[in-house]
Order: sequence, then structure tokens, then C-alpha cells
Amino acid sequence: MENTSDKLGVPQFKTVPLRHPFRYVAATIVVLLFTLLVFGAARNQALQWAAVGRYLFNDQVLDGLLQTILLTIAIMILAVVAGIVIALMNLSPSNLLSLPARGFVWLFRGTPALVQLILWYNLALFVPEMTLSIPGVGTLFSVSSNDVMTPLLAAILALGLHEAGYMAEIIRSGIQSVGKGQTEAALCLGMKPSKLMWRIIMPQAMRVIIPPTGNETINLLKTTSLVSTIAVDDLLYSAQGIYSRTFETVPLLIVVTIWYLIVVSIMSVGQFYLERHFARDQYAPRTKLSTVAFANIFRLRREVVAK
Amino acid sequence: MNALSRHHDRFNVPSNVVVHARGVQKSYGTLSVLKGVDLDVPSGSVACIIGPSGSGKSTFLRCINHLEKIDAGLLLVDGDLVGYELRDDKLYELPASTICRKRADIGMVFQNFNLFSHLTVLGNVTEAPVQVRGTPVKEANERAIELLAKVGLADKRNSYPSQLSGGQQQRVAIARALAMNPKVILFDEPTSALDPELVGDVLNVMKDLARDGMTMVVVTHEIGFASEVADQLVFMDSGVVVEAGKPSEVITNSSSARTREFLSRVR
Repeated sequence: MENTSDKLGVPQFKTVPLRHPFRYVAATIVVLLFTLLVFGAARNQALQWAAVGRYLFNDQVLDGLLQTILLTIAIMILAVVAGIVIALMNLSPSNLLSLPARGFVWLFRGTPALVQLILWYNLALFVPEMTLSIPGVGTLFSVSSNDVMTPLLAAILALGLHEAGYMAEIIRSGIQSVGKGQTEAALCLGMKPSKLMWRIIMPQAMRVIIPPTGNETINLLKTTSLVSTIAVDDLLYSAQGIYSRTFETVPLLIVVTIWYLIVVSIMSVGQFYLERHFARDQYAPRTKLSTVAFANIFRLRREVVAK
Repeated sequence: MNALSRHHDRFNVPSNVVVHARGVQKSYGTLSVLKGVDLDVPSGSVACIIGPSGSGKSTFLRCINHLEKIDAGLLLVDGDLVGYELRDDKLYELPASTICRKRADIGMVFQNFNLFSHLTVLGNVTEAPVQVRGTPVKEANERAIELLAKVGLADKRNSYPSQLSGGQQQRVAIARALAMNPKVILFDEPTSALDPELVGDVLNVMKDLARDGMTMVVVTHEIGFASEVADQLVFMDSGVVVEAGKPSEVITNSSSARTREFLSRVR
């Protein structure tokens, strides 16, 4: 106790951060449960880990994986392009443009992806032929819906339009998040409305658009597994094809799970760097993914001492 | 532009007048904000507009570069109509893509700076010259660094706006406006959002501009600055110019009771 004052008698107390003993207890329990889980899974004969290893790099599985990734990319491109158009229509001062845009979002966001998928796949049942004819000129072309609406096209259209409903809302909120002052400043510098949109508004809107878009893309990657119901040979359908012959159902579903997890993990890393790029005025220069991801893992008590 | 769009002669405007306003009216719905504003700002002069809040001074400033549409009256900038085209004695509103060519000659500095937050300081200053005027990037960069040196911020060229103080941001905004070589710069309460100790830096930059012969229209609450720099002090109230004249005359022996009352309250 004799050291609590300096020579002049000013108290020099040390602060002691609050201890959190329960965190140590909770962390121990979590580690214990996790270990049990790993051991349980490793010992469970029904999971057939040997079969999992055998099928992980199976050609049919890898083809399915590639199909899933390509499908995700194609759908996302359609969703983003359509989403931008719908968002811009929605923000138009004219009701003639904004009402249809809101109707689009209402329709495609309000119905389940699986229902839309099956509807598009069965388009021929209610639109047997697609015909373009101009009165007085005649029929320009006419095709049978059955010929055009392949499972792949149905998948891209159905999920693309469904996703576009979400993207339109994400992009709209992103554009609206950019202050009116930015528009005025750009107009005062003589920028044309189109240039204003692409050089000033969109780059700033991206800060708001990127995080939910990343989530949507990850969601979409998993949602594409629905296309297995209309016989598009994606990752899940390929695995189903194999286990319907070999009856190794569980190991193949684990293979599928592992691949989805790997791709989602890679996408999450990409999302981090994209976010950092578009918020570059906010981040400290060169923030590394590892600093953010692992900063809190071993922190059991919060550091409250000032820097 | 062609001869038709130059209206100095047609409206009997002296050729050295950069901003010429006659009977400018503007209302939002039933609320009449400008009830016939008359003002002439000669080339190379500084006009400071003062007046109580709600008097329409900012609205008038924003009408000059067509950020706000006017309902009636005549507004010429350097002899050109901004935002309208005169045909058959009617003013037809022009599409945005045509207006922006004329707007590029009118600089504007905002109360809240409105720097482009995704661009560096240098990017903010070079964006419009490169994108609107088509200036080569290298040339625009050199000029931008020159202008940033002029406002005392050459060393901040690679910073982002969020990393600057309010006063620094406002000086960047002035450099950004200057980069377009405008015929006139409009200042909309440029120091109102600043901490008191940062106001001086911005006002000094503006004084330098005035000394260099830049034509300026400044809406401000800084009576001290206005009386020192303005060639013309304009007092606005309830949507009209109550009086305009040499600052010393307006401040010391105003003929208007309203002006005297306002000045006694702000000083």
C-alpha cells in the first residue's frame, strides 16, 4: 500500500480490468462439446469417411460443382443487370416507371423460388408457343415453348428474376444512401446525369450494396440446389445421381456439404476485399483479413486500458 | 454558343455584368420564397448577400445555377440563360444534359462541402476537368496540385475527405470549383458548418480569390468578412432585395429600418 502515492502525494492507483471468469468456464464447455462432436463424427461408421474421400474429387461431382458455380454466376449477372434497371425505374419521378418496378419486386420477391422454378419449367403448359407478329405485317417468328425452355434456361430465368427482385431493393437502398449533396455538387461541376450516376453515385452506393449482395450471392449458391428438382445436373443432382445407383447416400451428401462450404468460404474472403475496396476511405490502409478474422478469437477479457 | 443564346444586347445588360437577375420569382407550392429579386454582379466583383434565415438568399443563389427552377423573371449568367432557352417570348426548360455545359462555368461551394467521399482530395479536384472538360489527366493533376497549394493543402492530396477537418474540406471544395475556371463562384454559407477556429482559414482563401479578381456571390453570416471583401453588400428579406450598395453605406447608414434591425441583432 505504500506505493499508491508519488513523491508529491498524488495518488497513483493502478486500474484492474474487470475479470470474466464465466467466459473461461463457457469456453471450456464449448471446446469440450466440440471435441465430443468431432470424435463422434469420426467414429460413426454410417458416415463412411472412406467413401467421402473417394467421391470428393469424383469427375461427376466436380462437373456438378462447376455447373453450380456457372449457374450462380449466370443468375447473378442477370439479377444485377435487371436489378439495376428495376432500381432506376423505381427511383424515377414518373409513376409510369416506378409502379411497374414496384410490381416486379412485389411479384418476384413475394413468391417462393421453387414455385417460380417449376412454373418456368412448365411454361409450355400455359404458353405453348411464343409468337411475335405485327398486325398487317404477319408473323415474324414463332417457336414452341417446349423447344426453348430447357431446364437450364428455366433455372436461370426463374432464379435470376427471383434474385433480381432482391437485388433491385438492395441497389435502390444503396443509391438512396448517397446524400443529395453529392448529386448537387456533381451537377454544379457540369456532370451529365449518366456520368453523375456511374462516377459519383454508384461508387458510393457500392459501400451499401456490396455486403448484402455478398450475402445474396452466397445464398444463391445454395439456392441453386433447387434446380436438381428440374433435372439440371448441378452439384446436388450429380451426387443424387451417384447415390441412387450405389446407395451411399450419406457420404455423398457430406461430399456436397464440404464443397458448398469450400466455395462459400472462398466467396467470403472475396467479399471482405471487395468491401474494403469500396470503403477505402473508412479502413485503415491495408487492413488484412487475418487481423479482422482472428482478432477476437483468443480474447477472453476485453482490453479496456487506453492505447 | 450561338448568338441567340447571348442576351447582353437584347436585354440591355452591360457587357461586364456576370450575374443579371430581374424579377426572379420562386415558390414552393403556395409558399412564395422569392418575390422578384433584382441583382447585378459585375465581373471581378464580390457580392455578399446577408439577411435573416428564410429570407430566400440561399434559394436565390441556387437559382443562379439552376439547382432550383425559377417560376418567373430573368436570370442571365455571363449573358446566357441557365437552364432555359428563349423561343417565342417563352422560356423553355432545357434537358439536364444541355444545362450541365453552362453549369460547368458556374462554380459552387456548399455549406456542407459535399466533397466526393470515395475520391481522394486530388481526385475531387481533377474529376470534373477530366470527366467534363476532357482535360488530359496529367495536365489536370498538375493544375490540381497548383490549386491545392493555393488553398494550402498540397500535402493532403492523397487523403480522403473523411480524414480532413471541416475547414480543410471546405478549402478543397474551393479548389475543386476553381479547377473548372468558372466565370463566377457561388458560396452558400461556406463557413456556417465550421468550428469557429477554422473559419479564418476559409475566409482567407476567399479573400485571396477576391483579390485575384474572381467574381463571387457569397451568402454569408460573417458581417465582418462581408464588410471587408464585398464590393456590394446585398440585404435580402422576405424574398426581395431590400437594399444593395457599398458595405460601409449599408452597414453604417442604411435607409431601411429592416436592415438596421437585422444588423443590430447580428453584431
